[in-house]
Amino acid sequence: MARKTLHHPATGAAGQAIPHDSAILHVTGRATYTDDILEPAGCLHAYILKSPHAHARIKGMDVSACYIPGVHAVMTWRDVPGANDVAPVFDGDPVFAEREVLYAGQSVLAVAAESIEIAYQAAQRAVIHYEELPAILDVHTAIQKKSFVGDTYVMRTGDSKAALKKSPRSLSGTLDIGGQDHFYLEGQVALVTPLENNEIHCWSSTQHPSEVQHLIGKVLDIPEHAVTVEVRRMGGAFGGKESQASLIACVAALLARKTNRPVKLRLDRDDDMILTGKRHDFHAAYTVGFDDDGMIRSLDITHAVNCGMSADLSNAIADRAMFHSDNGYYLSDATITSYRCLTHKVSNTAFRGFGGPQGMLVIEYIMDEVARVLGHDPVDVRLANLYDPMGRTEKRCITHYGMKVEDNILGDMIPDLQKSSSYKKRVAEIARFNAKNKILKRGIALTPVKFGISFTLTMLNQGGALVHIYKDGSVQVNHGGTEMGQGLHTKIIQVVATEFGIDHTSVKITATSTGKVPNTSATAASTGADINGKAAQDAVRIIRERLVDFAITEFGVKRTSIRFADNHVHIGTQKMPFVDFVHLAYVNRISLSSNGFYKTPDIHWDRATASGRPFYYFSYGTAVSEVVVDTLTGEYRILRADILHDVGRSLNPAIDIGQIEGGFVQGTGWLTSEELFWNEKGVLRTHSPSTYKIPTARDAPADFRVRLHNGENREDTIYRSKAVGEPPLMLAISVFLAIRDAISAVGNGVVPHLNAPATPESVLKSINDVRARSS
Amino acid sequence: MSDTIKFMLNDELREVSGLSPVMTVLQYLRMHENLTGTKEGCAEGDCGACTVMVGDVVDGVMSYRAINACIVFLPTLDGRQVVTVEHLESASGKLHPVQQAMVDCNGSQCGFCTPGFVMSLATLRQNNPKADREAVQDAIAGNLCRCTGYRPILEAADKALRTKKPAVSGDVKKLAALKRKAMFSYEGQGGKFFAPVNITELADILAKYPKATLLAGGTDIGLWVTKMHMPLPVIIYTANVRELQKIKKTNAALEIGAAVTYAAAFDHLAAYDESLHELLRRLGSNQIRSSGTLGGNIANGSPIGDGMPPLIALGAKIVLRSKTGTRQINLEDYFIAYKKQNRKAGEFVEKIIVPTLPKSTLFKTYKISKRFDQDISAVCGAFAITMRNGKIEGARIVYGGMAGTPMRAVHMESYLNGKTWTESTVQGAMAILTQDFAPMSDMRASAEYRTQVAQNLLYRFFIETTDTEQQQRVYSYGA
Ligand SMILES: Cc1cc2nc3c(=O)[nH]c(=O)nc-3n(C[C@H](O)[C@H](O)[C@H](O)COP(=O)(O)OP(=O)(O)OC[C@H]3O[C@@H](n4cnc5c(N)ncnc54)[C@H](O)[C@@H]3O)c2cc1C
Ligand code: FES
Ligand code: FES
Repeated sequence: MARKTLHHPATGAAGQAIPHDSAILHVTGRATYTDDILEPAGCLHAYILKSPHAHARIKGMDVSACYIPGVHAVMTWRDVPGANDVAPVFDGDPVFAEREVLYAGQSVLAVAAESIEIAYQAAQRAVIHYEELPAILDVHTAIQKKSFVGDTYVMRTGDSKAALKKSPRSLSGTLDIGGQDHFYLEGQVALVTPLENNEIHCWSSTQHPSEVQHLIGKVLDIPEHAVTVEVRRMGGAFGGKESQASLIACVAALLARKTNRPVKLRLDRDDDMILTGKRHDFHAAYTVGFDDDGMIRSLDITHAVNCGMSADLSNAIADRAMFHSDNGYYLSDATITSYRCLTHKVSNTAFRGFGGPQGMLVIEYIMDEVARVLGHDPVDVRLANLYDPMGRTEKRCITHYGMKVEDNILGDMIPDLQKSSSYKKRVAEIARFNAKNKILKRGIALTPVKFGISFTLTMLNQGGALVHIYKDGSVQVNHGGTEMGQGLHTKIIQVVATEFGIDHTSVKITATSTGKVPNTSATAASTGADINGKAAQDAVRIIRERLVDFAITEFGVKRTSIRFADNHVHIGTQKMPFVDFVHLAYVNRISLSSNGFYKTPDIHWDRATASGRPFYYFSYGTAVSEVVVDTLTGEYRILRADILHDVGRSLNPAIDIGQIEGGFVQGTGWLTSEELFWNEKGVLRTHSPSTYKIPTARDAPADFRVRLHNGENREDTIYRSKAVGEPPLMLAISVFLAIRDAISAVGNGVVPHLNAPATPESVLKSINDVRARSS
Repeated sequence: MSDTIKFMLNDELREVSGLSPVMTVLQYLRMHENLTGTKEGCAEGDCGACTVMVGDVVDGVMSYRAINACIVFLPTLDGRQVVTVEHLESASGKLHPVQQAMVDCNGSQCGFCTPGFVMSLATLRQNNPKADREAVQDAIAGNLCRCTGYRPILEAADKALRTKKPAVSGDVKKLAALKRKAMFSYEGQGGKFFAPVNITELADILAKYPKATLLAGGTDIGLWVTKMHMPLPVIIYTANVRELQKIKKTNAALEIGAAVTYAAAFDHLAAYDESLHELLRRLGSNQIRSSGTLGGNIANGSPIGDGMPPLIALGAKIVLRSKTGTRQINLEDYFIAYKKQNRKAGEFVEKIIVPTLPKSTLFKTYKISKRFDQDISAVCGAFAITMRNGKIEGARIVYGGMAGTPMRAVHMESYLNGKTWTESTVQGAMAILTQDFAPMSDMRASAEYRTQVAQNLLYRFFIETTDTEQQQRVYSYGA
């Protein structure tokens, strides 16, 4: 590879649709995931015993019976040398329950044994006396009992109460929004090897190696420099391995330290689903004032957020739901109130969109309702309420948290999609169909997305990278981001290849390691390519500067006559293969390695006053979905989905389209078939794919058309691209509202109530209700 | 004396002993062969990450099917070939057409599901290269992907199906040589595993171990081990029993051996009605149907087994056999109560007899679940009415998911008998469904939903048999 000195345009530059850097490894089964790493000699397997009760006092615990042959260690909270807590921000996520269990499924003890079956059998032999206590299982009870994980928070602009009084029309309602399991195909897993002098090496399937490193240090009471955490790739994560991976890694580390043996902990699917957090379920209530054109005059939204038994990341998630309560619409007078409810359920956590989806669903549900009440096309109501367009910002451009929206392009994108999807024609056609058909009803909806990019905790918006050129001209890159399938490594490779003007095949990314790039933020908030791409670019540019300086002295040319392109370094009129030039630099003792760093500019947020500029920019998108609903059973199917999405100037269109399609289908699952069901004791009953139904191939739209919006980021992001990980998920709101549209066809104009997820049962219930109210 | 498990792992012979008979093929591949391309996503047959191909010699040529390695026990490989994702590349390192298409179409993101999809699609390409979009969706209904949204995988399938050569192959001679003429008896880590090859051996060994677990496709039993950690000291495997593999079609009836897989019985059963075709297509997944059997579906006695409502509505009977003889009973009489069946120690199900559908009988069956593909029914309904002189006669209405066993709706049936097949008759019958059933609420559906839908399915049956113009199925809509 690197020895090739052919003069040809470098392959795989930023903007090209090259395949995922591991695609061949994926299809051949050679891609190594944590559970595939050859186990070191003497490796033990760990099993976590879970609490059967949602809320109980632990009155006594006897683990002596657990020591069956093959067992090397049994561990409870008393055996934790450091802090018994793996919480990411605020305390409250014990490794092992101490005197009380706070959800059914909570980790109580762990066993390390020579096989997973022995560890499982041993753990079942523990004798634990529980005294069951009353459990808070829903947000209404939590609010009543003032059971919260954080202070109730309000974002406010104008005076919604006064504006409501002046509004010609108003309506109120509620919406229940279910949670969602991540269902990454690869479950949580860590493999820990104890090293000399109390050091620890950990392979972890985590989005946040630095936090796993920090927490292993904390539970073992050792400094962070004694812990190295690595991750080559995850088999999916979606936010579920941001804070949730820590417990798994820490239990493995504790057992490894205690036994002085390598320990693997891999959760079985059911344990994974029972033990780890999910997307937050919300109960929302709203009152909206509007006029006859559907212009919003006043808005009051209350979120009751089910955080589960601890804070975890819930406060930031609930904040983001509030930030996205406007979606793309200007709100002159609005009050958004958020209750962060503490319940005796698993602690809910980050999930693609991070609260944004719930916040956005509420306002879209309201927009739909306003339009229905007025008899307008919902798209017209949406268009009327949009923020001022980019370049023409006047009065309608300040969000309810005081940020100026400067890049709104929905005013162009929505009509564009309306046209390309023949929206109006189809609306009319559907009306004709519904008039004729008794049992099947069709529905259609168009919804937009405006999603804020940046961690709302400003500190986290920093990235790091490390770039080495080796003597043979091959380049190795590491950066703070992790690969979970989103193609981040591929994009970073493209950035580095572009900057050096070399083939992407000359650049390799190896496992993300806390030993290479320290103090990283989680790969989250869709910021992976933004911050790490810029950091990698920074590292390359530092090296390039050195090389340019060297070329100036070596060849006596002007700075401006030196270029890196076509796998060559162009120096004045001559050109030299990159590899030869690099070798020459090495011989001349020029450093061929550098780190790089980036921090997102122009962002700030003042939580006390609930105002600032928390986002660097917004990503936009819009979708039209059409469904057909069976009014006898509530079953439905997506007939067609058209998407127009904004990724700025795409770093890799193939990968970006993949994120859009995947996000859309995942969002569809959240709003349709993915129902989490807890019984009356607070025990999760849908903890495996036999009962928890994510979309299959047939559930994707039968006709699926995705386009990238042609544009570029107005902010100076990496090559003017935009983040793509999370925003497309929310395009699926169009599916939910299309179902609502179809349901409305069974009535005489009454507005259907539809809670999420819209399972066939939930749809049939809504149909029954519409029929009852129509007669 | 224990036999060794002899099988072809890709193209190498393996002779295995000393391992537990309930070790799954997935565990074996990953832990003992370090073939980690085959993944575990659920260990219960529901995600497809563990999909491998199993090859048998059928009529002198290799025949392959995709299975879930996570719920199949190692000794069931005896005499067979297992093909893993590592084996698809050619010796020179050229990707298999399915692999290449997956790369070209960006069919992988995190890649964890990918080997499973590759194996499902490679099997499809091998067995049905002309597969259309529907057939592709059927072939991968048992493979979950959380990243891609499937569009690129479907595209990759289309692309790979159009390619010629090479196909996965095996050494027929070597494999034929492994075929046993008499019962395979294996013992490992205290567990016994017997695989009789004929019905006499089966009856004998079951008489000797009347408490043994009869294992057919293992799509239920696999989970007893991987999920419930149940000990199974003695296993008798029925899939190699010649007589239980037979399908016989006469003018009067269709006879299906208890160990015939859904896949093998599919076309015969699907011929009864388009709606039964749809039901079978939605029963489990391709992987499940290529292992699972109707015999197992009946014998496990589940209230939500999809086989029962249509078979009972069609008037099926089963033959039970033991060392001392056989008896024939109506299928509905096999189910006594929740998890209690009319089967004596030493007895096994030999075959299922499904009468031919008379021309005068209207028959339909419907499955309702949260998700169209690979989901367990909330309600499954089957309806058969025979018309004579414009009046209903011999109505057979059967529901699954409405009671502790699959059950006939006797009140509805007697209400219908003797009436004309009109909307008002149907409305009347719907109203008395509650006399027949008081279903339960669980994670799949509430009692109210089950009741309403069970009623509406009768209505659907009415419309489909009287007003063929009316479109009413979301899944065939627009197709
Ligand atoms: C992912 C997945 C999806 C599924 N989806 C569906 C579905 O959609 N609909 C549905 O109905 N089922 C479904 N099932 C359940 C299962 O596939 C069926 O019940 C299947 O028919 C069982 O057949 P088997 O041959 O695999 O039985 P096994 O697991 O081998 O055995 C099942 C039971 O039958 C007994 N048995 C087997 N053969 C005989 C015999 N000859 N005589 C007496 N007893 C015998 C066994 O001892 C055992 O008790 C699903 C299972 C999985 C894992
Ligand atoms: S691991 Fe999920 S089907 Fe086998
Ligand atoms: S590519 Fe990640 S699950 Fe399919």
